[in-house]
Amino acid sequence: MNTLRLGAICVGVLILAALLSLMWTPYPPAAIDVPHRFALPSAAHWLGSDSLGRDVASEILAGARVSLLVGVIAVGIGVGFGVALGLLAASVKGWLEDAVMKASDFAFAFPALLLAILLTSTYGPGIVNAIIAIGVANVPVFAKLTRAAGNSVLEREYVLAARAAGRGPTAIAFEHVLPNIAAPLIVQATIQFAIAILAEAALSYLGLGAQPPMVSWGRMLADAQTWLYTAPRLAVFPGLAIAFSVLGLNLLGDGLRDALDPKLRARR
Amino acid sequence: MLSYAARRLTILVATLGFASLIVFAALEVLPGNAAETMLGASATPETVAALAHKLGLDQPFGARYLSWIGGALHGDLGQSYAYNSPIAPLIGAKLAVTLPLTAFAMLIAAGVALTAGVYAADRRGKSGDLAIMGFSQLGLAIPNFWFGILLVLTFAVRWRLFPSGGFPGWGDPLAALKALVLPALALGLVQAAILTRVTRSALVEALGEDFMRTARAKGLTRRRALWRHALPNAAPPILTIAGLQFSSLIAGAVVIENVFVLPGLGRLIFQSISNRDVLVVEDCVMLLAGPVILVNTGVDIVAAAIDPRLRAA
Repeated sequence: MNTLRLGAICVGVLILAALLSLMWTPYPPAAIDVPHRFALPSAAHWLGSDSLGRDVASEILAGARVSLLVGVIAVGIGVGFGVALGLLAASVKGWLEDAVMKASDFAFAFPALLLAILLTSTYGPGIVNAIIAIGVANVPVFAKLTRAAGNSVLEREYVLAARAAGRGPTAIAFEHVLPNIAAPLIVQATIQFAIAILAEAALSYLGLGAQPPMVSWGRMLADAQTWLYTAPRLAVFPGLAIAFSVLGLNLLGDGLRDALDPKLRARR
Repeated sequence: MLSYAARRLTILVATLGFASLIVFAALEVLPGNAAETMLGASATPETVAALAHKLGLDQPFGARYLSWIGGALHGDLGQSYAYNSPIAPLIGAKLAVTLPLTAFAMLIAAGVALTAGVYAADRRGKSGDLAIMGFSQLGLAIPNFWFGILLVLTFAVRWRLFPSGGFPGWGDPLAALKALVLPALALGLVQAAILTRVTRSALVEALGEDFMRTARAKGLTRRRALWRHALPNAAPPILTIAGLQFSSLIAGAVVIENVFVLPGLGRLIFQSISNRDVLVVEDCVMLLAGPVILVNTGVDIVAAAIDPRLRAA
C-alpha cells in the first residue's frame, strides 16, 4: 500500500471519529462516575475508565473533535494571512517584500511553542488562545512558501502574456499564481496540520490549552501522569491517538507531495 | 566572507532588539499588573498604586523598557516580585539544569541522526533504509512529552532503573546525570527523527552528483568517497536544520522539564506566569529565544564558510 492511501485512511478514521463523537459516544465524554473509576477495559468500558470514572473510549472520540478543530482553524489562520502576505510580497516587491520576509525570518527564529506559551500566559489559558497562538506561528511558514513559489511562477511567459494583455497584478495573483502554487501549499498545510495537533496536545498537557470540561488528548495525558503507578494504561491510549493522527497526516502530506510532483516520483 | 559575517551580525543585533521589544510589549500591555496580583483581590486601589510606584510600574512604557534592556546589558536582569530577589542568580541556578539537559539531548539527536542517516542513505531502498525511515516517521508522530511518560512507565515504574522525575542537584554528579538520562532521551530521540530524514535526503542528493562518480573513478572506495566528498557536501542543509531544531529543542525542554519535574527554566517560567512575575517571564523568554537567534546566525555563517555560494544570498 502506498503512503498516500495509508495516510488518507488514517486521516479518514480521524475525521469519522470526530463526526461520530458529535452524534454518539458510548458515554457522555465528561460524565463523572467515581464508583467505577479505574475500570479495566471490558464490554461496558472498551478502553476502561479514568481516575474520575470517565469512559476513556468516549474521551478519545471526543478528543478527535478538538484536535481536528484546532488543526483546521490554526492552519486556516496560517493559510489565510500567510498566503495573502506571501502573494503581496511576490507581486509588489521592493521594501514590502523585504519587510514581510524579515518579519517571517524573525518569527521563524522564535520557537513556536514559546510564542504559544507567551500568548496563553498573557491572555489566559484556553483553547481559543491556544488556537490563535498556533495559527500565528503558522503565518510565516505559508508567507515564505507562497512568496518563493509565487516568484517562480511570476517569471513564466504566461504571466508576461497576461500582463501584456492588460491584466492587473491582483488578477494575475488570483488567476495565475494561486492555482499554480496550490500543490505545494496543500502539502505544507497537511504537515502544519500535524504540527498543530502536536502543539495543541503539548499546550493542553501543560494546562494552557483546552480547559475542563472540554476533552483533549493532551489533557488526558496530564491526568494519566498522576496515576502512572495505579493505572499505567491510561497513559497509553491518548498518546496512541495523537501519534496515529499525526502519522496519518504526515503520510498523507508525503504521499500528496509525491503524487502532485511527477518529477519527484521519478527520482525516488 | 567577512562582509557576509558582518551583515549577518547586524541583522542578529536588530533581531534581538526587535525580539526583546515584542516580548516586553506582549507582557506589559496586559490589563492588571504584578502589584495587583501580589496584594490580592481585597487590596485597596491606594495600596496597589503605592506598591506599583515602589516597583516602578507606574513609569511610562518606554522608560521601563529601556531600564530593563539597559540593566540586562549590564548583567542586571531586575528583581523578581514573587521571590523578592535579584533575577540573575535565580535564572543561573535553573540554567544548571536546562543547559546540560538540552546539550545532552542535542548530543543524542546528532549522534543517532548521523549514524542512522548515513546508514540509510548508503543502503537506499534496501530493508535497513526502509526500517530507519519507518522509525523516523514514528518519531515525527510521537509527542515528546508522551514519549517521556512512556520512558517513565518503562524505566522508572516497571524496571526502577532511573528516577521518574526530580533533580538531586550537581552535588552528586552521578545521580544528577542519571536524573537527566530519561528527559534527554525523550527530548533527543524525537528530534533525531527529523534530523535523520534530513541527513539521509541530503546525502542521497550528494551521492547522485557527478563528483561522486569522479571520486570513485579516481579509485576511492565507496565508503571513503561517502565520508570525504558526499558528507561535506551534504553538511549545509543538515547544519541549517540542526540549527532550526535547536529552537524546538529549547521549547521542548520547557515541556519535558514539566514531565520530569526538573527545576529548570521551563518550570521557572510556569511558576512566574502564575505569579504574574512579568520580569522573570520576560527574562526567561529572552534567554530561551536569544540562543536560538544566535545559533541560527552562527549556522548561517558556518554554512557560508563551507559553501561560498551561500554568501551572495
